[in-house]
Amino acid sequence: MATPAESGPKRTALHAVHKAAGARMTEFGGWDMPIEYAGISQEHMAVRTRAGLFDVSHMGEITVRGPKALAFLQSITCNDVSRLSDHQAQYSAIMYPQGSAVDDCVIHRLAENDYFICVNAANTDKDFAWFEGHNSVGAELENVSSQYSQLALQGPRAAAILSKVTSFDHSSIRYYWFSPARCCEVDGILARTGYTGEDGFEFYFSPEHSEHVWNTLLEAGKDEGLQPAGLGARNTLRLEAGYALYGHELDENTTLLEANLGWICKLDKGEFLGRDVLLKQRAAGLRKKLVGFEMLERGIARDGYPVWIGNEKVGNVTSGSPAPFLKKNIGLAYVPPAAAQPGEEILIEIRGRRVRARQVALPFYKRPK
Amino acid sequence: MYPDEFQYTKDHEWIRVDGDSGTIGITDHAQKELGDIVYVELPKTGDAVAAAEIFGTVESVKAVSEVYSPVTGEVTAVNGKLAEHPELLNSDPHVGAWLIRVKMSDPKEVDKLMSSEEYEAYIQQAESH
Repeated sequence: MATPAESGPKRTALHAVHKAAGARMTEFGGWDMPIEYAGISQEHMAVRTRAGLFDVSHMGEITVRGPKALAFLQSITCNDVSRLSDHQAQYSAIMYPQGSAVDDCVIHRLAENDYFICVNAANTDKDFAWFEGHNSVGAELENVSSQYSQLALQGPRAAAILSKVTSFDHSSIRYYWFSPARCCEVDGILARTGYTGEDGFEFYFSPEHSEHVWNTLLEAGKDEGLQPAGLGARNTLRLEAGYALYGHELDENTTLLEANLGWICKLDKGEFLGRDVLLKQRAAGLRKKLVGFEMLERGIARDGYPVWIGNEKVGNVTSGSPAPFLKKNIGLAYVPPAAAQPGEEILIEIRGRRVRARQVALPFYKRPK
Repeated sequence: MYPDEFQYTKDHEWIRVDGDSGTIGITDHAQKELGDIVYVELPKTGDAVAAAEIFGTVESVKAVSEVYSPVTGEVTAVNGKLAEHPELLNSDPHVGAWLIRVKMSDPKEVDKLMSSEEYEAYIQQAESH
């Protein structure tokens, strides 16, 4: 949802609320967004142990409707949309012919011939243009981003907090399912999805109610230790959970197989953009492979730092950060497939010095059942 | 907030001068900008530092920040507490979390730096943008 600023980055409907709460703001994907309130580590720990509330209204939303909706989505995304039931969501990617992602996304099936797709903020216009350019079947496409605010309530206490603000039986919504629901006296779409590695919900609703929903949730969560959380914690949480971030692990030069996203590529569902490249690559082998690593020596890997094996530079860090819950310095990087092996050591070049790191299995963090 | 006995750089370091010895740290404004500080890399005793050149690195969860020396000289002491407790830079940037002590080769370099009053005006101006 966008409120046009006089100039510069866009603002969500909660921009003034974040500023008043003392948030540090930063530009992300063309939006002026809260990066932290009380501090990234503290917000990160709140989400892992209690709950956090994120304004993610910068995310884009696109609807795909009509009798050709399914055929269109099947042709342009890699996962099998035909497997979705009403009110079920699916992680997927919008595809380039070269087997790489225009964007990663979550496809929600509202009803037959009626899909609601959540995409990355910075990619929304690109995604929509790509959709329009590849819509020979004639699906009804609409960029509805300005009609939605999106809040993410994440953490082990999220469900308990939600029960205070809705009479809807949200416990009936399983992971990656959703329902139309009334929360905080506001009608919207309530999805059991998230980007933190915790249980949680994302609520899509009309922007004019943003302040009311935000404040009502924070008040309801007070006793449960709910805190507002910014994009800083969102990034460290998704990294611990091993989730890809577009522009880091994913870009137009990286195939989904290389990014460990083979599980969302349903190569037997029929023709789709990039499928033949993925099939060939599956047979012939990858050019590079995404791996997780943790630092063995002092030093923090950061985005873009070179990766070495012995005296050969083999790749780059795509995301690197201290991991506040794991209390390690972790990262993701592309390495040659032959070198991708948990337990094997790699070197991360930090300010001209090569520092030892060890590959570890992904995800770094998995929530206790 | 900003001690009068310090001089300040545009890169948000402070120096406290005592004869030809200078104690150097980062300002409260710098630590707030960085957020949770988790890692500090400093030179060793005996290393040379030069005015306006990088002598160390301070990292928060979200960012890497280089630290610039206000003066030229030789490092005579390093705050060893920071390796184990980098978070001191958030809680006590002007006293307990000093970074290094330097024997200055040209104490007049300090005259080019800002006073506390000038520094406060400088960061207010930066924040209003």
